[in-house]
Amino acid sequence: MLSRTADDLYWMSRYLERAENLARTLDVSYSLSLMPQGGLGDGLDELAMPLLISGTMNEYLKRHGQLNADRILHFFALDAENPASLYNCLSAARSSAHAVRGRITADMWENINATWLEMRSIAEQGLGHYGVSRFCEWVKERSHLFRGATVGTIMRSDAYHFIRLGTFIERADNTLRLLDARYKLLGEDSEDHDDRSARAYYQWSALLRALSSFEAFAELYRGSPRARKVAELLLLRADVPRSLSSCLEEMQKILAGMPGDNGRPAQRLVAELDARVRYTVIDEVFEHGLHDWIIESIDQMHRLGNAIHSAYLEAA
Amino acid sequence: MSRSFYDEMYDANGECRPHYQEFARWLAETPPDILAQRRREADLLFHRAGITFTLYGDKQGTERLIPFDTIPRSIPASEWRMVEAGCIQRVKALNLFLADLYHEQRILKAGIIPPEQVLANDCYQMAMQGLDLYRDIYAHIAGVDLVRDGDGTYYVLEDNLRTPSGVSYMLEDRKMMMRLFPELFAAQRIAPINHYPNLLLETLKSASPLDNPCVVVLTPGRYNSAYFEHAFLAREMGVELVEGADMFVRDDKVYMRTTAGAVQVDVIYRRLDDGFLDPLAFSADSVLGVPGLLSAYRSGNVTLANAIGTGVADDKSVYPFVPDMIRFYLSEEPILSNVPTWQCRKPDELSHVLAHLPELVVKETQGSGGYGMLVGPAASSKEIEAFRARLKANPAAYIAQPTLSLSTCPTFVENGIAPRHIDLRPFVLSGQETRLVPGGLTRVALREGSLVVNSSQGGGTKDTWIVEDCEC
Repeated sequence: MLSRTADDLYWMSRYLERAENLARTLDVSYSLSLMPQGGLGDGLDELAMPLLISGTMNEYLKRHGQLNADRILHFFALDAENPASLYNCLSAARSSAHAVRGRITADMWENINATWLEMRSIAEQGLGHYGVSRFCEWVKERSHLFRGATVGTIMRSDAYHFIRLGTFIERADNTLRLLDARYKLLGEDSEDHDDRSARAYYQWSALLRALSSFEAFAELYRGSPRARKVAELLLLRADVPRSLSSCLEEMQKILAGMPGDNGRPAQRLVAELDARVRYTVIDEVFEHGLHDWIIESIDQMHRLGNAIHSAYLEAA
Repeated sequence: MSRSFYDEMYDANGECRPHYQEFARWLAETPPDILAQRRREADLLFHRAGITFTLYGDKQGTERLIPFDTIPRSIPASEWRMVEAGCIQRVKALNLFLADLYHEQRILKAGIIPPEQVLANDCYQMAMQGLDLYRDIYAHIAGVDLVRDGDGTYYVLEDNLRTPSGVSYMLEDRKMMMRLFPELFAAQRIAPINHYPNLLLETLKSASPLDNPCVVVLTPGRYNSAYFEHAFLAREMGVELVEGADMFVRDDKVYMRTTAGAVQVDVIYRRLDDGFLDPLAFSADSVLGVPGLLSAYRSGNVTLANAIGTGVADDKSVYPFVPDMIRFYLSEEPILSNVPTWQCRKPDELSHVLAHLPELVVKETQGSGGYGMLVGPAASSKEIEAFRARLKANPAAYIAQPTLSLSTCPTFVENGIAPRHIDLRPFVLSGQETRLVPGGLTRVALREGSLVVNSSQGGGTKDTWIVEDCEC
């Protein structure tokens, strides 16, 4: 397959996955912001979290000066001027799909094209009119549909593998960032008895729901979510589809099956990362310091992304 | 001036022509709200599928839909056989002409075409002189534009031998009609066209001496107005859609960059004009092509479809000679007529043109897309006088033709159904044999009275049916 084609397929699915994750992030923050805030005011710091996670806080402040609920929501979701907005993620995904429409099935193309056409009409209506939760649901649903169309229709060749690679690397990165942000907010004292406080309960539950892992947590741990257990679930459990371990396992399998010799560095790196996660336990992670461990992992994801790029996406 | 139009569906007495009777019956029986609803459905489907084109000069790069009309253009099979034979004959002669022109130039030596008409032409490519092409084929894919005059006679308006487009609309229009109105296809025998991509791939493969050559489609990129078509054809043929930057030349061989390393390319179906193919040989500031491609081509290591330098044969100044080419190379009489053309470079023809400017269409020989031309009946006397001065100053740059009346076909318009002018572009493939799928792209001028069918000027398309004659 052409390197440029592989690049577009990879970024098509990365951007779509990113859009889905942004919607998940926004959804949880929006619902938490509506809850009574323990003396912290109007829920603005909750709404600001998506900006912190996506690294767009400075850009927002430069443009709007101060935090304002409606402006944050618009900036994050629909602002065409914000390169990291959900709107622009879908635009980029659709644009990449357009560039490779010869290599994806008609079902996939029509799905992503229809998503983009509807996105534009939602942007015209505005979020206030459409509804924040409804919008987040819509983005997730469109992403699910596209994934379904992909899995159900495309041939299991390179194209499929690069699409999957883009999905998993983006998803792993997102899970790491979301976990880190919640952990920082709840602080180290989340390990003491207050951990069972209502605030911690809602925070961790919201995170689990954002990552569609609430049911898995309930089934596996049968108890209130606590930092250590949530971290174990989201980092180390290979049977939870949005966990770091699960994403690494998928990527490791995909890269190992790639033809050609130019992928050796990427193949070795992903195998190392997979082993690092597979053969550790959560106590070891906390001994190291959860925050530091996550930051290192985010950095490793970045290195893996670069290795994939130089191996396949810009190959000569 | 009174002009009578040939209507494809109704004869001069308003009677429905036999090959449209089945459709007319269905149209009369189907409630208008169902038809309106299906038309909306068609728009939605085209939009969802992203079957669009982009207008140049539109900074937004807005993707537009080409309007699709649900009333088909229908041609009886017996009539089509004549058109088909005429197109094949014409393209064969044009390929023979190109091979001759870039080798012995017998036709010039025989005095049939004045040498300056072709050798001084901008589209004549010196680099092709003496180069032997496999099967001697230059225009593997040709689009022949046909119109019908008042009495229904078919005329060739122009030959497109460079990178003719529109075939994807021909195929998508058919797909749409079959999806919206399957009952029409059950009721009569309409010749299928969906195998075009398959024929195209066969043609491209047979353009290379190799057994199983690696074929690619070369596109200028996603901002090109015909990008949809490039992607469509690559997908339908199952070959790579490449841009110039995806390929490189090493040791006079062409390779594409893939995830598994470099892969050699044997046949390039290029949808890029000559001038952009190779920055080393042609336009140096173009980033669309592949440096070194011409050298690889001249070494015989890669096939280009179409060949470089075909533009010299579809130039308007060469067009008047095509009937002579058919006689010269094939020893046959032309099946399809040329539109009568006055060559202004000839003094007696010039004086005729000058005397009849208000009735004629005058075109620049090097122009295309409707630029630099005078439509006499539609021009003011001031415009005509201004044009007269330009014509006198440089007669050789112009040809003149009578204003054709173009046949009409019933078409859905804002308030009901009304006749609109149409043309027809069949696509002729030349490989081991010269052939075409039954039909072509019918373009329709949607504005009342307009003769301009170009999509950039508000033209639409119709499905084109070749209907087996009923035995009844």
